[in-house]
Amino acid sequence: MFYREAGQFKTNYAKDQGIFPILQDRIWIYFVLVVAFVIIPVFGTDYFLGSIMLPFLVLSLAAIGLNILTGYAGQLSLGTGGFMACGAFAAYKLSTGFPDMNIIIVFLLSGGITAFVGVMFGIPSLRIKGFYLAVATLAAQFFLLWLFNRVPWFTNYSDSGVISAPPRAIFGDFFITGPDATHLSKYLFVVTFVILFALAAKNITRSGTGRNWMAIRDMDIAAEIIGIRAMQTKLSAFAVSSFYCGVAGALWAFLYSGSVEPLSFDVNRSFQILFMIIIGGLGSIMGSFLGAAFIMVLPILISSLPGMLGLSIPVDVISHVEFMIMGALIIFFLIVEPHGLARLWTVAKEKLRLWPFPH
Amino acid sequence: MEFLHAMTIGPIVEIIEYPTFFMEVLIGGLLTGVMYSLVALGFVLIFKASGVFNFAQGAMVLFAALTFVGLMEHGLPMWAALIATVAVMIALAYAIERLVLGKLVNQEPIILFMATLGIAFFLDGFGQTIWGSDVKPLDVGIPSDAIDVGGVLINWFDITAAVVAGLMVAVLAIFFQKTRIGRALRAVADDHQAALSVGIPLKTIWMVVWSVAGIVGLVAGVMWGSKLGVQFTLSLIALKALPVLMIGGFTSIPGAIIGGLIVGAGEKVAEVFWGPAVGGAIEDWFAYMLAMAFLVFRPQGLFGDKIIERV
Amino acid sequence: MARPEAGDVILKVENISLSFGGVKALSDISFEAREHQLTAIIGPNGAGKSSMLNCIQGFYHPQEGTITYRGIVRKPEKSHEAARNGIARTFQNIALFKGMSTLDNIMTGRNTKMKSNVFLDALYLGPSLKQELEHREKAEQIIEFLEINSIRKTPVGRLPYGLQKRVELGRALAAEPDVLLLDEPMAGMNIEEKEDMCRFVLDVNEEFGTTIVLIEHDMGVVMDISDHVVVLDYGKKLADGAPDEVRNNQDVIDAYLGVAHD
Repeated sequence: MFYREAGQFKTNYAKDQGIFPILQDRIWIYFVLVVAFVIIPVFGTDYFLGSIMLPFLVLSLAAIGLNILTGYAGQLSLGTGGFMACGAFAAYKLSTGFPDMNIIIVFLLSGGITAFVGVMFGIPSLRIKGFYLAVATLAAQFFLLWLFNRVPWFTNYSDSGVISAPPRAIFGDFFITGPDATHLSKYLFVVTFVILFALAAKNITRSGTGRNWMAIRDMDIAAEIIGIRAMQTKLSAFAVSSFYCGVAGALWAFLYSGSVEPLSFDVNRSFQILFMIIIGGLGSIMGSFLGAAFIMVLPILISSLPGMLGLSIPVDVISHVEFMIMGALIIFFLIVEPHGLARLWTVAKEKLRLWPFPH
Repeated sequence: MEFLHAMTIGPIVEIIEYPTFFMEVLIGGLLTGVMYSLVALGFVLIFKASGVFNFAQGAMVLFAALTFVGLMEHGLPMWAALIATVAVMIALAYAIERLVLGKLVNQEPIILFMATLGIAFFLDGFGQTIWGSDVKPLDVGIPSDAIDVGGVLINWFDITAAVVAGLMVAVLAIFFQKTRIGRALRAVADDHQAALSVGIPLKTIWMVVWSVAGIVGLVAGVMWGSKLGVQFTLSLIALKALPVLMIGGFTSIPGAIIGGLIVGAGEKVAEVFWGPAVGGAIEDWFAYMLAMAFLVFRPQGLFGDKIIERV
Repeated sequence: MARPEAGDVILKVENISLSFGGVKALSDISFEAREHQLTAIIGPNGAGKSSMLNCIQGFYHPQEGTITYRGIVRKPEKSHEAARNGIARTFQNIALFKGMSTLDNIMTGRNTKMKSNVFLDALYLGPSLKQELEHREKAEQIIEFLEINSIRKTPVGRLPYGLQKRVELGRALAAEPDVLLLDEPMAGMNIEEKEDMCRFVLDVNEEFGTTIVLIEHDMGVVMDISDHVVVLDYGKKLADGAPDEVRNNQDVIDAYLGVAHD
C-alpha cells in the first residue's frame, strides 16, 4: 500500500539507472540525511556523538572497505586491521612531516598509501585462491602491525610508544582533531566523509568496475573467458578496499581515539569488521552500516543488561559472555539468513510492496 | 651498510662459527614445529572429511585443555579427567553437528567457515566463563630437563612432544587405512554425493571426524598447556597452525607434519639469526610471509591435491 | 529473412592433437569454418567436442597443430584475450554469475567494449554515466531480442534452467562477437525449449551475420539448422561436409547406430 513502484514510470534508462529508482526509497534516504545532519547534532549528547556515533561511522567505513573486497570481489581477507593501521600511521607521518597540509588531503593520501600496500599484498591473490588467500592476508595483518610496533621511524622515535594525533583544523579554526575539537565538529566531519564515501562505493559497485568484481567472485574462470582481466580486477578490488580501510584507520586514530597505536588494529579488529559484513550482508553497502550498528550496539547492551536487572557480574565474566553471545549470534544469523540483515531488509521491502496480499 | 651486513653475511658467519648453537636452534625450532603440527592435524582431518575450514580448531584446543585442567582442579584424578574430557569433546562434536553444521548443509564453504568463526568465539567465551581466565599450570609428568646429545642440548619435553605427534600420526594412519569408518571417511573426502549414494551416513561421519579432531585438540591442548600453562593464548596458537596448513596443503596429514617442521625451524632460525638486525619479534609474522611466498610458487601447498580448472 | 551468404574461411583448424597426460582427447583434427555460416561439431559423448571448442577458444592449448583465426595463427594466450579478439562462447554447464541480475550478467558481456575507471565510476557522472547508458541501451536490445524482458532484474540464480541458458547466450551476444562458440546450447532441454533455442541461434546468425560454431550430440536438431557439419568420434574426425552428405556417410551411421563387429 505504502511501498509501491506502480505508477512510477521510467521514461528513459537514465532514470532507471538512478541510485534510488523508487520514490519511497528516496524519501527514506532524505529522512536518514535529516536524522544524520539535523536531529543527531541537535539532540545528541557528547557521549552519544563521541562514543557511539564516531566509532560506528568509522567502523562502517572499514566494513564497506572489507565488503568491497570480500562481499563484492569474493576475496576473503583477514587483514583489515593491518590495513587500518597502515592508514593511521600514514596519516600520522604525513601530518607531522607536512604540518601545513590540509587534513582532508592527509586522509585521502593515507588512503592512497594504504591502497598501494593493499595491492602489494593482493598480488598473491593472482595465484592463491579461497582459504589459502585468507590465510595469506593474515601475513599482511601481522607483518604491518609488527612493522609499526618495531620500527621507530613510524612513531617519530617517540619513547613512550603512545603517540597522539596532532591538532588540525579543516578551515580556519574549525578543529576536527586534537583537544580543541568538539565532539560535534568531529561528528559532522566524519558523518559527511562517510556518507560521501559510501555513495562513491555504491556508485563503483553498480558500474562496470563493480560488475567485473562480482563476475570474478561468482565464477572467475568464466569471467576471464568473457574477457575480464582477472589481474586488473582483483588488484583494483584490493586497492579500493584498502583505500577505504586506510581512511577508516586514519579517522579512527585521529578523530575517535586521538592516539595512534597499533593495539587498536590487532587481529581482533579484523574479525570484528568481518563479523560486521557477515551479519550486515556480504555484497551490500547498506549492510555494512547495519552490521556495524549491530556489532557496536550489542556489547553495550550486554554490558549494561546485568545492571538493569540489578545483578552484579564481574567485568571479566561479562566479556566472556559477550564472546559467547557474539559467537552464538553469528551462527544464528548464518543459519537463519546467510545473506545478513541487508537481505532481511530487502525481503521486508518485497513483502511491503505486496501488502496487504501475501504474494 | 651495517644493516646489509647484519642481514646477509653476519648470520651466515655466525652459523658457520657456532655450528652447535645453530643445531640447538634448529632442533628447538623443529620440535616447536611438531607442536604446531599437532594443532594443524585437527584442521586437516575436518577439512579432508567435510571440506569445512575449521577456524574453531584453536578454540577446541583451548576448550579441551581448560576442561581437562578444570576437572583436575576439582579433584578428579588425571585418568578420570582425561576420559571425562574426551566425553565432553565427543558431546561437543555432536552439538556442533546437530546445532550448526546440520543446519547449514549445502551452504557455500565461506558460510561454513564463518560459522566455525562463530563456534570459535562461542567456545572461547564458554570455556572461560565456566573455568575462569587465569593461567592454569598443567603438569602431566613430562620431565622438563635437557639432555646432551653430542654437545647439543635437547629438552626432554620437546622429545616427548615429537614422540606424541609421531604416535598420533601413526594411529590416524591406521585409523584411516585399516578401519571401516576410516575408509568411509576417505570416501566422503573424495566425493560427498557419491559417498551418500552408496549409503555412507554423512552425519555420523561428520560427527566422528569432529570428535576425532576434538580428541586431537585435547592432545595438542595438553602438550601446549604443559609448556605454556593453560590460558587464552592457546587459542591464538591456532593462528600459527594456519601457515603450517598452507605449506603442507589443507588435505594432507604428512603435509601438516612437514609444514610444521618447516615453519617451526624457519621461524626460530630467522628469529635468532636475522631477527636482531630488524628489531626482533619477527616470529609474529615470519611463518605467514614464508607460507605466502611458498604458495605463490605452489598454490596447492606441498602435498595438496593439484588444482585442475575446468569449464 | 534469408540466411546470410557464406563468406571467406574465418577459422581454420589444422592437424590439432590434444592429450591430457596419457589420454588422447583429439588426434589430428582439421576443418574450416566460413564466415556467416553455422558450423556444427557433433559426435557421441566423449568424442572430444568440448575439447575442440576449448582449443578454438584458447582455454586449452593443443600440443600439435594450428588454429588460424582471420588469417593469423593463434598462439597460447591469456584466457581473456580471445573475447577481446571477437570470440565469445557459452558453456556446457551454465557459467553465469549467479549473484547478479540478468541485466548485469548481460552488461558484463560488454566489458570488452567498456573502459572502467574506478575514479569516474565512483562519481557515476560524465563519461562513466554516459557509458553506462550507452551499454544499457545495447543490453536492452539483446534482452528484447531474446524475449527476456520480464526477468531483467531477477538474480539469475533463481531462474529455471532453460532461461539461464538463454541469459548465457545473451551474455555472449553482448560482446558483439564475430565468432560465437556454443557448447551444447540445447542440452537438457525439452522439445519446446529446444525449438526456441534453435530459433534464437538462427536469428542471431541471420540478423547479425555472426559465424557460429556449435556442439551438439543430438543429430536431428543439428542437421536442420547447420550449413556445415563436422563429426567427431573418439577424438578423430569421421566426416566433414554439408548436412546431407554427412547424414549418408557410412562411418557416421556406424558410429551413431553401432555396427556389428564380426
